[in-house]
Parts: sequence; structure tokens; C-alpha cells
Amino acid sequence: MELAVFIVGAMVCLLGAYGVVTSRNPVHAALSLVGTLIGVAVLFIAQDAEFLAAVQIIVYAGAIVVLFLFVIMLIGVDRSEDVDVEPLAGQKLAAVLAGLGIAVGLLSIVALGSVTGAPPSSAPVTGDSPNTEAIARVLFTDHLLAFEITSVLLVIAVVGAVALARHRQAALVDEDHPGDVVPDLEAVDSQEAVR
Amino acid sequence: MIAASLGAMPYMALSAILFSVGIVGLLTRSNPLVMFMCLELMLNAVNLSFVSLAREMDDLRGQVAVFFVLVVAAAEVVVGLGIIVSIFRRRQGATADDLSLMKG
Repeated sequence: MELAVFIVGAMVCLLGAYGVVTSRNPVHAALSLVGTLIGVAVLFIAQDAEFLAAVQIIVYAGAIVVLFLFVIMLIGVDRSEDVDVEPLAGQKLAAVLAGLGIAVGLLSIVALGSVTGAPPSSAPVTGDSPNTEAIARVLFTDHLLAFEITSVLLVIAVVGAVALARHRQAALVDEDHPGDVVPDLEAVDSQEAVR
Repeated sequence: MIAASLGAMPYMALSAILFSVGIVGLLTRSNPLVMFMCLELMLNAVNLSFVSLAREMDDLRGQVAVFFVLVVAAAEVVVGLGIIVSIFRRRQGATADDLSLMKG
């Protein structure tokens, strides 16, 4: 039973990953990414991580990919990318070779290595309490400081994103490249209205 | 709950393949947005291996680590997309190869 779930989930994951890497249109890549994320969520459920599967769908497929699509539409790069252009000669071949090398290395580690480490802790996955409750217990006792620091991180990220993406004419001028004309605000707005 | 019949190894192998595909994408694509998506692919591969080892070792702390990776990934995407938006405002249709301002 688990084998069937694994095969289907793995197929969805790999097809999605292939789509992300090869599709010329960024929108198609983002949609392929959704496929991979859902496949990973299925595999999470198959491994008794129900809470993480739900969070994966909500945060990744629901928020992050929507953010990606939002940015794609906002800056208008939804036209196809010319994937045949190679600025560095032989870069694609070298990249594929490097990826193959890393894949072979990681797979041989998986095949030859064995799981070592500390014996099972006080928080087993296969405990009596449901998955969400067990995670909450660990999160709010052993990892409370990390959890609180996470909130600081999120605030910093929000403030940083607002500071980066704010429309500020002076900050857009590139002193070294005066040829890069800053798009006129009204022209950009009318362009977006047309679009 | 599905009986643990497979063990961690198939999941770890899938995770390794996903990670490598993400690396290939990161190295070959020149659109910064697609490069970001490949980064998410690699993060997901690592999350998958975290969860499978958490079950293998019967230790819930692996799943807690995935939770924190998710939060950091969300923050990273927000800041990264902010940077990409401000870059694209300045130069329409920029690729990663055009952003060589800091080249020595």
C-alpha cells in the first residue's frame, strides 16, 4: 500500500520538478512547482507527518506559489524565456554533469550509508498523541526560544520586503548606468492599465 | 497511519534526485524567478529527507526542523521576491547574466 502511494507521489514530484526546470514560461514553471509541492505533501502523509502535509499545502502551494505568480504578473515576465541562449559556452552541459555527479554522490550515500545517531528521544513519531498535538508539545517546550526568534525573523522579512519593493524614484537611479532610464511612474501605470 | 513497510531509503533516494534536479535548474536557467523556484525544489527535497529520517529514528524533532525550514523559506521568498521586483523595475527583462555589476 505504501509502495503504491510512494510511486504515485514520486512520479508527481519528479514530473513537477522536470517541469520547473524545463518549461520556458515562468507561469508553467510555477504551476509545475505546485505539482511537486503536492507530491511532497502526499509523501509527508505517507510518513506520519500529517501536520506538516497540511502546512506544506497551506504555506507553499497556498502562499508562496501565489506570491510567485503575483510577482510574475506584476513585473510582466510571463513571456517565454529563450532557454537556448547560452551566455557561457558549455554552461548547460557542465551544469547537467555537475547535477549528475551530485545525484550519484547523494544516491550512493543513501545506498551505502546507514542511519546512525542518538537513540529515540522522549518525543517519538509513533506516540499515543496525534501528530499535531505531539509537534505542538515539542515546539512549545524544547524549541520555544527558536519559535519566538522565528516571529522576529518574520517581522524583519516583512519590513525588509516593504522597504525593498516600495516605489521610490530616487532609489531606482543607477549612477553607474545612466543609460538605464528609470521608467516613468505614469508611463508604467498606464502600461499596467493597458495590460 | 500507514504501516512502515518501505523504510527511509526510497524517500531519501527521491530526495537526492529532487535536490539534484533543483541544482541543475539553478545552474541552467537564467530567469531569476525560475532560479528561485529551483531553490524551493531543493528546500523541499531536504524537507522530505528530514521527515523520512524522523520516522526512521522515531524522533519528532525532525518534523519540528521541517517546520522551521518552512518558516525560513517563506521569509526568504518574501525578501528575495522584493529584491527581484526592485531589479525588474530598474531593468525590464533582466536575466541573471545581466546582473554583473559587482563583477571584479
